[in-house]
Amino acid sequence: MNEQQKVLIILPAWNESEGLPSVLKEIQTKIPFADALVVDDGSSDDTARVAAEAGANVVRLPYNLGVGGAMRLGYRYAHEHDYDVAIQVDADGQHDPGFVPDLLAALDTVDLAIGARFAGVGDYAVRGPRKLAMGLLSVVLSRIARTKLTDTTSGFRACNRQLIEFFAHWYPVEYLGDTVESMVGAVRCGFTVRQVPVAMRERTTGTPSASPVKAMVYLGRAGFVLMLAMIRRMPERDISGRSPRTSIAGATK
Amino acid sequence: MQLSVLTSITGVVVLACILELLRRQQLREKYAAIWLAIGVVVAPLGFFPTVLNGVAHKIGVANGASLVLFAGFILVLLVCLHLSWEASRLEAETRILSEEVALVRSKVGEHTVLLEALKADRQRTGPRAEPAERHEPVGRHEPAKEEQEVQA
Repeated sequence: MNEQQKVLIILPAWNESEGLPSVLKEIQTKIPFADALVVDDGSSDDTARVAAEAGANVVRLPYNLGVGGAMRLGYRYAHEHDYDVAIQVDADGQHDPGFVPDLLAALDTVDLAIGARFAGVGDYAVRGPRKLAMGLLSVVLSRIARTKLTDTTSGFRACNRQLIEFFAHWYPVEYLGDTVESMVGAVRCGFTVRQVPVAMRERTTGTPSASPVKAMVYLGRAGFVLMLAMIRRMPERDISGRSPRTSIAGATK
Repeated sequence: MQLSVLTSITGVVVLACILELLRRQQLREKYAAIWLAIGVVVAPLGFFPTVLNGVAHKIGVANGASLVLFAGFILVLLVCLHLSWEASRLEAETRILSEEVALVRSKVGEHTVLLEALKADRQRTGPRAEPAERHEPVGRHEPAKEEQEVQA
């Protein structure tokens, strides 16, 4: 990384007004060179106001679009404001902004850097059938991306200028679209991916389920998303500034 | 009572519904053409349900009524598929619109802050400079560069 890079931290947030101030404060202290953008995904609480008071730039969606929709808006913002690097960070404090420099360093060699748990750093562990499902998914995705990926559903990822432009025009918005499908799409269009080991904190809200039925459902849906991602027609990779051909997943007129 | 009474009444009612919707301009032209064609085919069939028997025999279907059922089912299936496609397209379009709204709203917010700063600035420099600066806000539709300078 170099010092002149314009770095944008994108935080998709839906009703996160409680945890957001501390997350933004941590970002400002640990990585003061980066701007923070909170994408308020149609929150019913005062997420947008809290974020603005904490010094972040805020864009507010009129209604809830899900993480994928919020992220595409984030990439469009990054593209319009001419950022060199966009980094997706969860607004619930799961991701430690202290690892951002590691992700930036990885961007020297690849287009997409994914912060991965289970890669040797940290003590975050998932047990039971869900672990099996995630393991299977990561084996398949590692084959597709031709690099070792241990945490395919990580929402902690950095992408460079070319990929920002690509994602601003094409970004899947459906289930797992922000993690699995967007990565497969980027790989299919010739972008390179590498994972960076990071530690993640336990989420404070919501507990990951250990039920085998839910794990099977998860695996089924992930497999379906993966299949769609492999057979869907991709936009032509086009970095000259014109929008690629439209599709349902990433339509941009 | 003969079967043809029921079917003919149904045929006429369907055609009347389609025509009425068209007349009230509740159907877009692209759908109107399809539905009008369907109505024109269905209504006479109601009066003469046996007219398709010959055609049915030729293509291996036992009688005309079965052929109508089969064709109707295929038609409904295609219409459903078409509606799913339209709904997906509309959803994609509303998504884009909401993204645009969010971006525009953030831009308006930034502009408002800039404008307030300009106004405060003008008040401090006194009314002497006011006439010359009055036209400036009109030309400030592309402030992306300036914002960055203000932030920096």
